[in-house]
Amino acid sequence: MSDVITLADGAGGKASRRLVEGLFLAELRNPMLEPLSDAALVSANGTRLALTTDAYVVRPLVFPGGDIGELAVNGTVNDLAVSGSTPIALTAGFVIEEGFPVDELRAITHSAARAAKAAGVAIAAGDTKVVERGAADGLYITTAGIGLLDPRVDLSPARVRPGDRVLVSGSIAEHGIAVMLARGDLHLELDVVSDTAPVNRLTAALCALGPSLRWMRDPTRGGLATTLNELVAGAGASVVLEEQAIPVREDVRAACELLGIDPLYVANEGKLVAVVAPDAADAALAALGAAAAIIGEVRADDLPLVLAQTPFGGSRIVDMLVGDPLPRIC
Amino acid sequence: MRYVDEFRNTRAIQAVAAELKTLVEPGSHVKLMEVCGGHTHAIYRHGLDMLLPDEVELVHGPGCPVCVIPMGRVDDAISIAERPEVIFTSFGDMLRVPGGRRRSLLEAKARGADVRIVYSPLDALDIARSNRDREVVFFGVGFETTAPATALTLLRARRESVRNFSVFCNHVLIAPALRAILDSPDTEIDGFLGPGHVSTVIGTGEYEFICRDYRRPVVVAGFEPTDILQAVALLLAQLREGRAEVENQYGRVVREEGNPAALAALEYVFKVREDFEWRGLGPIPRSGYRIADELGEWDAEQRFEVPGARIEDPKACRCGDVLRGMAKPFECSVFGTACTPEKPLGTCMVSSEGACAAYYAYGRHRLAVA
Repeated sequence: MSDVITLADGAGGKASRRLVEGLFLAELRNPMLEPLSDAALVSANGTRLALTTDAYVVRPLVFPGGDIGELAVNGTVNDLAVSGSTPIALTAGFVIEEGFPVDELRAITHSAARAAKAAGVAIAAGDTKVVERGAADGLYITTAGIGLLDPRVDLSPARVRPGDRVLVSGSIAEHGIAVMLARGDLHLELDVVSDTAPVNRLTAALCALGPSLRWMRDPTRGGLATTLNELVAGAGASVVLEEQAIPVREDVRAACELLGIDPLYVANEGKLVAVVAPDAADAALAALGAAAAIIGEVRADDLPLVLAQTPFGGSRIVDMLVGDPLPRIC
Repeated sequence: MRYVDEFRNTRAIQAVAAELKTLVEPGSHVKLMEVCGGHTHAIYRHGLDMLLPDEVELVHGPGCPVCVIPMGRVDDAISIAERPEVIFTSFGDMLRVPGGRRRSLLEAKARGADVRIVYSPLDALDIARSNRDREVVFFGVGFETTAPATALTLLRARRESVRNFSVFCNHVLIAPALRAILDSPDTEIDGFLGPGHVSTVIGTGEYEFICRDYRRPVVVAGFEPTDILQAVALLLAQLREGRAEVENQYGRVVREEGNPAALAALEYVFKVREDFEWRGLGPIPRSGYRIADELGEWDAEQRFEVPGARIEDPKACRCGDVLRGMAKPFECSVFGTACTPEKPLGTCMVSSEGACAAYYAYGRHRLAVA
């Protein structure tokens, strides 16, 4: 780590991991934080709860397919959902820059409310802070969320077994590309919209698989590649992806190729990746719907890695990135 | 079917891969250098090295423009970027490259320097137009591929009298670097996969000296799987037949004469420096561009004082050997230990297109299989 924070430290790759483990975990260590998953598992009076928090600093605040309000709600709902819980309530803190238009704030809050309604949760508490001009970039939103854990499942990388199947709920890389194009720096025009959406109905359907459902995540910052690298580190086994099976929209693929970015590393905000037992793979695929795909398999390995197999017999390592070339997408 | 699918057709790829096996003498050893970082990237991305016969080894060349910028020049860039009046603009992948004290532009930015990522030098010129009270500097890096865009931007800056814009010029030339590699006494390269993008600008004639003076074949190649494998087949065929010629596999894009308009712009805007230092290879005569005196007003090196210190490559680092095909990345004692993609010591670990960075993951993979 350098002696000042750089943007790479916030990009979700190796540098972020080093910051989280080397500084935050070192200072705050406790059994609930230790697994460093999307949501902490907390027990209260015998009830098992999922607890999560998140901060949203996306620029621009409004992008094709959504805005920061909707993103904040969906992102928090999804962190709870992929932990195997039913989201109950959220909180939202608004850090607003002096001079911010009230109409825009109302529109963003309105879309947060709409997203909460769609996901079936309430925004039960909130906070407002206004800071001097220049001390924030328009608007930041922080959230927390609480969910009731589904007793039928026990999700953890440690429960992943060789032979298990890896599924994704739909085409990847749309949020990151949509936000990047919305900045207008690239002078590219494409009809890509963010995939921001709640995944709690999908996760609820998967939880019906019971113990056959091993692990779920929403591959946000750092994309599918980073999420799967975190999985293999925890699972002590490799994931072998069939590159051709991973759904990517044609125009998203073209944009990625033009920009020299691998879609596996681009953020999603309404997708789900799950690992299930082999005999439950078809049921899981059916539960996730027509856009879903089985994209790979877990393999026993002394050196856990994420590998992508090309259709013609080659393969490559899908490593974790150091940092992200795309700042502030969520 | 999209146009590009033709070049990723599984059956076509497997057919060329099978043909390759018929072109090598069993038990022989052939070292081919892919000059361009784009090729290195494509080879790993598609796992093409696994489709080659055991007799063929690919050596990664110096064609990663980010990797070859020496640490002293990165320090110069940082010193310009740290000036309060400056907005320093750069392609994104230069930002993490460490300078002499292992500090990067990304760290300078974190400490308060106004460093911005652009995707084209024209974007930097736009920033200059809308920030007339600031000095906007563009970090010009790259081979003859990106140099024409910098040249045209400089011409536009002059035409439109944008006087708060300048370029810190680190553009380099590919042919002198290849000559330096071939001149090095222990070089063991049997043939070259010529760079595709650079050749769209400079044409294929620039490589004739490799065949004439060094008796090595060159095949200019595209970047799709079939392109690369087909170019390897053409090289193996030349070696088998004892030929050393420049062939153009990438004829759908590359012309023999290159791009005359781009070449004219380069000729006018830049002058070749007496020598330019390359990370890993040291100073190479007549291998870098500076901005011509006619456009000196837009030359950041004339506008700002820079330290201009030469910083030796770290002693433990064997990048120079890797670039000459004399050592594999994992044979370097600091590979994967003191030198990783997060904290690179040497040039080849700096960008994902660098040989060591590509190997870093790949080598672990091979260990896992063994």
